[in-house]
Amino acid sequence: MLTVNSIEKGIVIDHIKSGNGLKIFDKMNLSKVDFPVVLLMNVPSKALGKKDIIKIQDKIDIDFTMLGLIDPNISINIIENNEIVEKKKVELPQRVKGLFKCDNPRCVSNNDIYATPEFTLVDKNNVKYKCEFCDDFTKYKI
Amino acid sequence: MNLKGKHLIDPNDLTLEELDSVFTLAQDMEKEPAKYENLCSGKILATLFYEPSTRTRLSFESAMLRMGGNILGFADANTSSVRKGESISDTIRVLDGYSDIAVIRHPREGAPKLASNFSAVPVINGGDGGHQHPTQTLTDLLTIKNLKGEIKNLRVALCGDLKYGRTVHSLIKTLSRYEGMSFCLISPPQLKMPSYIKEYVANEYNVEIVETENLEDVINEVDILYMTRIQKERFFNEEDYLKLKNSYILTRDKIKDSRSDMLIMHPLPRVNEIDYSVDDDQRAVYFKQAKYGVYVRMSLMAHLLGVI
Repeated sequence: MLTVNSIEKGIVIDHIKSGNGLKIFDKMNLSKVDFPVVLLMNVPSKALGKKDIIKIQDKIDIDFTMLGLIDPNISINIIENNEIVEKKKVELPQRVKGLFKCDNPRCVSNNDIYATPEFTLVDKNNVKYKCEFCDDFTKYKI
Repeated sequence: MNLKGKHLIDPNDLTLEELDSVFTLAQDMEKEPAKYENLCSGKILATLFYEPSTRTRLSFESAMLRMGGNILGFADANTSSVRKGESISDTIRVLDGYSDIAVIRHPREGAPKLASNFSAVPVINGGDGGHQHPTQTLTDLLTIKNLKGEIKNLRVALCGDLKYGRTVHSLIKTLSRYEGMSFCLISPPQLKMPSYIKEYVANEYNVEIVETENLEDVINEVDILYMTRIQKERFFNEEDYLKLKNSYILTRDKIKDSRSDMLIMHPLPRVNEIDYSVDDDQRAVYFKQAKYGVYVRMSLMAHLLGVI
């Protein structure tokens, strides 16, 4: 049985859909930090069958927009003195700036450094966003 | 109606009341042009045309000159600093020090919006790629208003390149805001109107949209037939263009049973999609439409400059 110690102070990103843990790990650049971090993959879960978990032994700023985009079902637990002091849910962001590109090759945001791609959510089920520059739809893919 | 300092990037940047104010002034400008010949004295229009244009650029220039203003700018991106790699935002920030209002045409979709984010003077979208062409829509609406009396309860057929045709994108978005409008979209499957526009007008305005590949299916039941050109410049490969270029050609024979008060419109230039024999038909209004484009652009600029 794999054992991972609990953390005294830090953040636990829980209920990550199995397979998304590594992607979040990469997006958060956790391989480059100098404090202890743990990525658990395929952990048995009642709700999900299998899930991934990330434990970070430090309190860092987390980009909730990015996490919501990758997996809106994850939960975040803030730990202090070995106890959960705060639970947070992320959700699919209504507006996103600069986190992904517009699918339309003719869009100015793909061709001008000043045009940071910006989107508004139009379809939650299909994770479909409307580009603020060209109005075209882009489906976010992790 | 105070529109001073506003940009016109998307046709929906103006409310229906504001559109009406633009049309009313345009009608008066056509009737009594002398009243307005010094309205923009001392004002300068910058024309930033990164893509070729005849009608839009010249009608803007004519509009400003008819109001006593001046013009500067470029008609070809290859002769400007753009060729040296200057970004749109830098160009507009320099040009807004030289002018009072700017019109920009650009092959990249959203480029005028980007320019407006950096401009201290009103920016008008003169057409951006296959996206929007709001001042053509103003021209189209003024044509309908002048020739039909009002914009209401009309069945409108849009025919041709509905995928890349920016004029029809702006037109359907704007006409959908008026009462009792319905649309027939006629195009080959490869050139259907993008779903982002159809979904937008259907969800926002609950308009009826019928799609067909056959012009003959609807030609006898519409109040307006809006023809468009299959645009060679929007295709990434010539083979696809050649396959589709002759999809729809309007002839006298095809309109023989159409409504006697139907308007045949076209943003121009045409290639072969309207046979020359149709020009004499009283329902063909595309040259009148082009003329109205000058007055509506005069009115628009006068509003945005705040000189009326």
